[in-house]
Formats: sequence, C-alpha cells, structure tokens
Amino acid sequence: MLHVDAVTCIKQERCLFEDLSFTLKSGEIMQLEGPNGAGKTSLLRILAGFAEPMQGQVKFNQQCIGRNYDEYAENVLFIGHKTGVNTALNALENCHFWLNTHGLESGLDLYEVLADLGLVGLEDVPVRQLSAGQQRRVALARLWLNRAPLWLLDEPFTAVDKKGVQLLQQRFAEHLASGGAILLTSHQDLTAHFDKLIKLQLEYRI
Amino acid sequence: MIAQNHSYWRVWASVYKKDVRLAFRQRSDIINPLLFFLIVITLFPLGIGPEPNLLARMAPGIIWVAALLATMLGLDKMFRDDYLDGTLEQLMLSPFPLSLSVSAKVAAHWTVTGLPMVILAPLFALLMNLQSQALSAMMLTLLIGTPLLSLIGAIGAGLTVGLQKGGVLLSLLVLPLYIPVLIFATSAIDTASMSLAYGGQLAILGAFLAVAIVLAPIAVSSALKVSIN
Repeated sequence: MLHVDAVTCIKQERCLFEDLSFTLKSGEIMQLEGPNGAGKTSLLRILAGFAEPMQGQVKFNQQCIGRNYDEYAENVLFIGHKTGVNTALNALENCHFWLNTHGLESGLDLYEVLADLGLVGLEDVPVRQLSAGQQRRVALARLWLNRAPLWLLDEPFTAVDKKGVQLLQQRFAEHLASGGAILLTSHQDLTAHFDKLIKLQLEYRI
Repeated sequence: MIAQNHSYWRVWASVYKKDVRLAFRQRSDIINPLLFFLIVITLFPLGIGPEPNLLARMAPGIIWVAALLATMLGLDKMFRDDYLDGTLEQLMLSPFPLSLSVSAKVAAHWTVTGLPMVILAPLFALLMNLQSQALSAMMLTLLIGTPLLSLIGAIGAGLTVGLQKGGVLLSLLVLPLYIPVLIFATSAIDTASMSLAYGGQLAILGAFLAVAIVLAPIAVSSALKVSIN
C-alpha cells in the first residue's frame, strides 16, 4: 500500500535519516520508535505530504503521492500533535466540520462514536473546557468517522487513559482486519497483540 | 455507516459558517475594526476643526484610509488560529483543493470586517459632511473595494502565518498592493462629488476584484503550503 523509497530528511543541517526504505502492506501496523528528535514526526509529515524529502520518494499504490495529492488525501487519515480541533467549538461542531471538509457524511453514528469515547453529555461544551485527554478523544473520534485505508498517527495515546488506549487498539484491530494499514509513533509498547506488527527504529544522529 | 458526499458547496459553506460563528462567539473580532474605524472618523473633525467644506473635501480620503487600516487590523488573525491548532493541515489533507477552503475563509473575513463597514458608511459620510451626490459612489467603492482588501490581505496573511512576529512584515507586504485600490476608490468619490461620471474608476476596481477572486485563493493556498512545510 505505502512504499517508501530511499527517503532522506535533513533539518537544520542535521541528517535525521538517510536512504530510509520500507513497505507497508494492507493489514500491517508499523510502530516507529526512537528517542526524541530522531525524526519520527518529520517522517510522518513527509508521508502525509506536508514536507518534501531531500531525496527519495513516497509511493501510494505505485503512484508518487505528489502527483495526485487530492486523491492521495482521500486515502489518508493524519492525526498529529496539532490535532486540528478548534477549542472554541464543541465536540459535535468539530466532528461535523471535519466530516464536511473531507466530503464525508455520517448518519446518527456520530452520537454513538462520541458515547463510545465517553464524551456523551459533553458534546455541547466548548472543547477548551474539557480535560487534555478528552480533547484528544475529540480528535481521535475521526478514527471511527473516516473511510481512509492508511492511517498516520503521531503519538495517538498521549493523555489518553488506559481504557482509552484499549479502545483505540480495538479500533486498530478492526481497521487492520478490514484491509487497512496503520503507521504510528509511540513511546509505549502496544498492549494488545497484533499479528503483523512491524517495529521501525530510528536513531538519533548527530 | 460513513458515506461519501463529494460536494464543493458543502465544504465551502462549512468553512464559511465555522469562521463566522467563531467571530460571533469572540465578538471583539468584529467590534475592534469597526470601533477603530469610528474613532478615526470622529477624531478627524476634532483635530482639523469643524469647517464643513474642508471636511467634505477630505472625507473620501479619510474614510478610505480608515477602512483600509481597519481591515489590516484583523488580517494576521485570518489563518493564525487554524495554523496553530492544526486545522490547516487537516484542510490540506482533504480531497478538496485548499483554495476552496481559502476562498471561504476570505469570504468570512469580509463578512465580519468589510460588510459592517459598508453598512455603517452612510453614518460616517454624515459625520464627515460628504456631499450627498458622492454617497452612492462611496457605498459602491466600499462594496467593491473591501472584498478586494480582504483578498489581497489574505495573500500576505498566508505568507506570514508561520512566522512568530509576522505583523510588521504583513503590513509591509500588503500595503503597496492596497495603494491602487485606495487611489481609484478615492478618485471615484472625488469625481462623484463634482457630479461627474465615475463609472470608469468603478470598472477598474471591479476588474481588480474579478482578477483577485480568481487568482488570490490559488496564491494563498500556495503560500499556506509553504508556511506549513
């Protein structure tokens, strides 16, 4: 599904990684590991198409992602450190906005998703007034609201409680079973068992 | 079940409604530029003396300069919040062109800053003793000119959104591009106050606006892509 070919990234005259190549097939989950500053987020941003690699290319279904970016965008879900949740709006408005701007439509599912995430009763409170974990959950609701086969998640478990982590991993398993692929960065090991778990270690280079 | 609904209009309306709703929740965004506009217009007669002919002579220039500066007040906020909370990244990584969302954001910016100025303009004209035959010219130039100010300003805002202190740079970038708008708008009002035909100047402003509506969103979306990188 995703093919990374000899990608090099240089930032502030420091080489983060060089000639990095890997392939992610459908049904596979890959965990990026490495110390702070090793370039995990930089790699995810290159894969999402926000940044250009110095060298190499990223291919999705045998096509360079830059060639038809809008089509690629339809197939990717990216949740980064900056979650894209507006804190002055409430959870429901945030979800509706995200769905609308991604050309998606949900029926009554939205309330069920928010209920599963423990946000029921809080859907009309501005996100600013929620706790850090709850704010994160508003962003993570997108995992239930998308049709993209490829997920790029940057530290999805930050601020999420143990039960939430389990819920997320359940959702990961469903997504993989339906033929999706996941690339995530996390400092914690995944507690659930995944058959096709690949670990990619990035080193801190000077 | 999540279904697809590939409608450009739905995306545009969603971005537009969100920005207008946010502006109404944080009302200072709307009131600040208007208050600034009002303060400038009321202070000028106090400063230069209440001589009616002098005021009428200076009215077009003062009203337009005030409108221009008031628009610039809110410019650097146009993309700032969306940049900081990651919404811009999400809009970029959507199956729709970024220029579509950008045009909706610019339209929302005009609705909350430009439109109230156009609506309140007759009151300001009264304060400045503008001749009655020039009133319609002033309304028309503001109606065509303020969207143009928002569109041009959006290019500067897109270029400087990633900078820590982009405000000064933004003014320097945008101000030279505002000058033609100012010249043709005030010239139209001057001509109208001499009871002459001012269609020519309006047509030029209209041409500016037509070009800006088509090209500015594309320029802004490229600028934002550079800023996000």
